Amino acid sequence: MRRRTPGIGLWLVLAAVVLAAYVVAPRFVSDFHSRNLAEAGVFFIAIVGLNLLTGYTGQISLGHGGLMAIGGYTTAALVVHEHWRDVWTIPLAGVAAGLVGFLIGLPALRLSGLYLALATFAFAVAVPSLLKKFSGLTGGSQGLRLLESAPLQVTGLSGTVTVFGHSMTQNHFLYYLTWGIGLLAFVAAWLLVRGRFGRTLRAVRDSEVAAASAGIDLARTKTLAFALSGVYAGVAGSLLAIQSEIVNPLSFTFLLSILILVGTVVGGLGSLPGMVLGAFFVEYLPDISTHFSSAQGVPDFVYGAAIILVMLLLPTGAGGLLRRLARPLTSRLYLRP
Amino acid sequence: MLLAFDWTQLAQQVVIGLASGGVWATLAVALVLIYRSTGVVNFAQGEMAMFSTFIAWSLVHHGLSYWGAFALTIAISFAAGVAIERAVIRPVERAPQLTVVIVTLGLFFLVNGAARWIWTPETRSLPNAFSTRPITVAGVAFSIQDLGTIGVSLAAVALLWLFFRFTKLGLASRAAALNPEASRLVGVRVSWMLALGWGLAAAMGAVSGMLTAPALASFDQNLMQPVLLYAFAGAVLGGIDSLLGAVVGTMLLGVLINLIGTYVNWVGSELRLPVALAVILGVLLVRPAGLFGRVAERRV
Repeated sequence: MRRRTPGIGLWLVLAAVVLAAYVVAPRFVSDFHSRNLAEAGVFFIAIVGLNLLTGYTGQISLGHGGLMAIGGYTTAALVVHEHWRDVWTIPLAGVAAGLVGFLIGLPALRLSGLYLALATFAFAVAVPSLLKKFSGLTGGSQGLRLLESAPLQVTGLSGTVTVFGHSMTQNHFLYYLTWGIGLLAFVAAWLLVRGRFGRTLRAVRDSEVAAASAGIDLARTKTLAFALSGVYAGVAGSLLAIQSEIVNPLSFTFLLSILILVGTVVGGLGSLPGMVLGAFFVEYLPDISTHFSSAQGVPDFVYGAAIILVMLLLPTGAGGLLRRLARPLTSRLYLRP
Repeated sequence: MLLAFDWTQLAQQVVIGLASGGVWATLAVALVLIYRSTGVVNFAQGEMAMFSTFIAWSLVHHGLSYWGAFALTIAISFAAGVAIERAVIRPVERAPQLTVVIVTLGLFFLVNGAARWIWTPETRSLPNAFSTRPITVAGVAFSIQDLGTIGVSLAAVALLWLFFRFTKLGLASRAAALNPEASRLVGVRVSWMLALGWGLAAAMGAVSGMLTAPALASFDQNLMQPVLLYAFAGAVLGGIDSLLGAVVGTMLLGVLINLIGTYVNWVGSELRLPVALAVILGVLLVRPAGLFGRVAERRV
């Protein structure tokens, strides 16, 4: 039996379907819900980034909320202090968070498992306090308000945005912006993990000793994975700042890091398509939980129960389920007698 | 002229630091118990302890004395810990470690939500377990509350140590944690030993919660979240697989945080935790297994 890889035709069809879904989705949901979709897109980008680090390289991080804060504050500070147009700050936010991610990766060379969890956790806890301490740049616990301090730099202030001669509401614009970047980020991640670099990452995850003896530079690979993951988190944080038009230390608490980790594991470590489901899980579950009862504590109770239930039913996350569902299909398609 | 260094203040601050460290130590020991048997940090440990504290509050509210409620709550918590392990941890025993971590995060939300559901979120308070009168030792005034807290936490940890060291059940559970396959071969019921570990951890957490609450003027459902952070940091500092390490690590952390907060003005109360974590990271970079931890050696 010979196993063929999927042909280029299949990939093109898949890409066309995804692209079509991306373009027409706002027509089927209300203006309000396209805002929710845009928020899910922020989670999606951060989760894809964390999956590169945790799912593919095997390095845990409890500090991605802190990296998102770096991105969000880079955007906010550039808009408020330097009067940049908000959308043009996104690449710089990615670079800034990538640099910080690289720096976190340095102690990670000596620490593994639980100790790395503590190191990244320390970072996540330290960031909000530091943001309050250096209030000249960050506005302290008040934070920075993009709309009040630099209204001209906020895209879509007038309620509509015109892109390529096409006019749309601000929420639709945020949806297209976030998921457009999200799709690019997804394709970039997919290209990265399917080639030589992806094999290097997986080798480090599966056995550091074996990887090192095969000639892989552990230090370089790990710090690179942290930096790359940081770029994703930074872009996500920047988009979060643009969407909410305000950043303050409370937007980037430790809870955010936890949510990203939950989304990654629910989506399925080491699976990229599962990340979409992980992002939707994190974005919509709190909303759904409030439908059960609005009594104090009930939404959190339902939320926790749902997380546990998903993990008991799908220990390998949605990605594992997708793989299992696709197996009969793919084996019929690709196996020739 | 240089100000005279106030030794009295230093001694008082050290004892206050040891008292908070002692409370964290009991929760840190709970984390170590579960880490040794399951290999993960239980993020819900603090919330379970908070839930126990609310049970104790209800018992006191219904007329029990503090110490009566204390003993009864420990028993209830032990049973609840065993039940939680049977219900949600056992099904993922063989799943990847991160799956178990996420389950404990789910438990975190679930227990916190349940506590706010059952007990409405108004603040409440527990009576003081110890006299608030200070006693004077060698010219320095200490609060009995602080000394009592240190005493009770150390006694709880000592009891636990005696159990592990001198009973057959304790030996069996240590064996199950160290080498599950070999223990199973000699007839230890390894799975139930895990449940026992969760029960003991929940009981230790209850002690921690019931010592934390009376020291505060009032408390709510977020009572144990900072304690969990400190306990985690202290346990890692001491070496996450060592009971002694957890106690020494958290006590050191308690003193360190208190002294930094008191004597370094720039740090103040806001940056105490980040600075303490930075110190711990420094220690870990030199000693990656913590102060008392064993370096994990693997055959490849």
